[in-house]
Amino acid sequence: MNTSLETASPEAVAQGLRRVAIDPVSRVEGHGKVTILLDAQNKVQQVRLHIVEFRGFEKFIEGRPYWEVPVMVQRLCGICPVSHHLAASKAFDRVLGVVQATPSADKIRRLMHYGQVMQSNALHFFHLSSPDLLFGFDSEVNRRNIVGVAQAHPDIAKKGILLRKFGQEVIRATAGKRVHGTGSVPGGVNKHVSLEDRAMLLRDVDQMMAWAQDAVDIAKQLHGQNPALYNSFGSFRSNMLSLVRADGALDLYDGVIRARDADGKILFDGASDQGYLDLIEEEVKPWTYMKFPFLKSLGRDLGWYRVGPLARLQNCDFIPSPLAEAQRREFIAWGQGEPIHATLAYHWARMIEVLHCMEVIKDLLDDPDILSGDLMATGKRQRSGVGVIEAPRGTLIHHYEVGDDDLVTMCNLIVSTTHNNQAMNEAVRSVAREYLDGRELTEGLLNHIEVAIRAYDPCLSCATHALGQMPLDVTLVGPEGEVIDRVVKSQGELVHDLSGPTGLGV
Amino acid sequence: MSTPPVSSILVFGWGNLSRGDDALGPLCMDHLRAAFADDSRVEFLDDYQLQVEHALDLVGRERVLFVDASLNCSAPFEVTPLRAAQDASFTTHAMSPQSLMQVFCDLQGGEPPPCTLLAIRGARFGLGEPPSAQALQHLDAALLWAKTWLEQTAEQADAPTCMN
Repeated sequence: MNTSLETASPEAVAQGLRRVAIDPVSRVEGHGKVTILLDAQNKVQQVRLHIVEFRGFEKFIEGRPYWEVPVMVQRLCGICPVSHHLAASKAFDRVLGVVQATPSADKIRRLMHYGQVMQSNALHFFHLSSPDLLFGFDSEVNRRNIVGVAQAHPDIAKKGILLRKFGQEVIRATAGKRVHGTGSVPGGVNKHVSLEDRAMLLRDVDQMMAWAQDAVDIAKQLHGQNPALYNSFGSFRSNMLSLVRADGALDLYDGVIRARDADGKILFDGASDQGYLDLIEEEVKPWTYMKFPFLKSLGRDLGWYRVGPLARLQNCDFIPSPLAEAQRREFIAWGQGEPIHATLAYHWARMIEVLHCMEVIKDLLDDPDILSGDLMATGKRQRSGVGVIEAPRGTLIHHYEVGDDDLVTMCNLIVSTTHNNQAMNEAVRSVAREYLDGRELTEGLLNHIEVAIRAYDPCLSCATHALGQMPLDVTLVGPEGEVIDRVVKSQGELVHDLSGPTGLGV
Repeated sequence: MSTPPVSSILVFGWGNLSRGDDALGPLCMDHLRAAFADDSRVEFLDDYQLQVEHALDLVGRERVLFVDASLNCSAPFEVTPLRAAQDASFTTHAMSPQSLMQVFCDLQGGEPPPCTLLAIRGARFGLGEPPSAQALQHLDAALLWAKTWLEQTAEQADAPTCMN
């Protein structure tokens, strides 16, 4: 555990450290910031990942007609708009009194969602992370990107690009557009899948399945080739949380909330998503705009948790598709009876999800309900609703209240990256302690930090389409509070810049 | 992935309709798409920016015309033949067409089709701003050139072909 590094100890401060706080002025989403405090021996005393993304979206939503919202909220993200589209639709299903969508609507939404998770996971692994994993964290920076992968490993790059493209086509066939579609509405969906689109997708589905299997193999081989690195890099114990189906199966679209502790023991299970406020509380810290959710039952110090592929694969009892379930068993076996807490294992888990998504997509494409049947359900109007979904990066919660005039009066969103806030800080601290500790900041060090953050696939990088080059600002502060070094990396350039404002205040 | 029949000519424009003169690319696409609606030899695609996967949209084409707004080109527009080149543009929102062509080379193991860039001079790219009057004049001039180019190029082009 590295939580102690969140704030330098009073003893350390008394010996000359300066306590720092962030002033989050004029930061834009997509930017992360890491600050590090050192003592006189250049030992790390404090490390913080600051995400200064100001989310005013809840306020934008208030006062809007509820039926606009599933389309509006897609503007939260350019990579996973479908997740917001569907989470909002599910929440407003409840407002309309619809507990269960029609079979056709449920399957078309699932097809849309599994296409989305597949393409997003493929984008993350192949476009954003594979350069680090294939070339090495310290490899030449000009090569460490998807174009470099295309040059060195064109076969791998092409599979990644085409997997993503296939997922986008699934989204287009169900939502109407590859980005910011309109297919899902409160109460159901507004169109069936066309015969032409289904035929087009079916032509490629077996090829995509084979490539998804290849992707799992690549991730697995990376672990096998360097187990010491992959098991230890940014590793720490944590609770894990996700939706699971009522029978314990992995389900990315709907289910009940389950949490396990760091030993894998179930903390709670079968909890209704409508009661998430009974389970989760959010803490605000003054140095970042992003909140820190925690499990109420454990409290803020012990109750933080991880979400996303690593949590999902270990939280569920099984994956309800044969190829992915076989891979999950192999993944679990890697832990030798213990939960896997390695940060880099996110990549392996993510690729198993890609394979599962392809299996689900194939089954749904063969289901006649996506071509015909009732699209809309009705019920007794309610004043509020909660929609929870497993987005590519983890559990996504949308909560709305709606007045009698059909205008939204309250909106609360807890996005996946927020759930992982504490975990990402832990990962950064672990890496800083192991790899920095007194050394001069280098591009290689920066990238080690980025690799740890990137494993979580946080929205701060994906929403800006930062292809492997997450803008990062690292400030090294000495024992007297002086800024020793500041390195800013943006658009591939690594610049030592002591002249600009650091955003640090006493 | 299977490749359905593709049109011989691809016109690809990019930009953001909500960012002032950055709308010139998609606006140009709208006009050209309407003017050549019945011509199966030409396909029009647009997006917010070029991304790696767009390299695969070049597969099977005989000619490609890229259309974008530019702060640096001469007014009202500039036409430039392109060559594949590796640059650092993939690290930003805006991958260059030259870099995209290089990705095509890397992925396909061969030369991309002849590509031409139509850069339309813009000046203001503020969020929420409409295109400026001057930029729209530049667009009119560029459209005249693009329609002529498309008519001449389409005459030499084949009907849609299957790329398998």
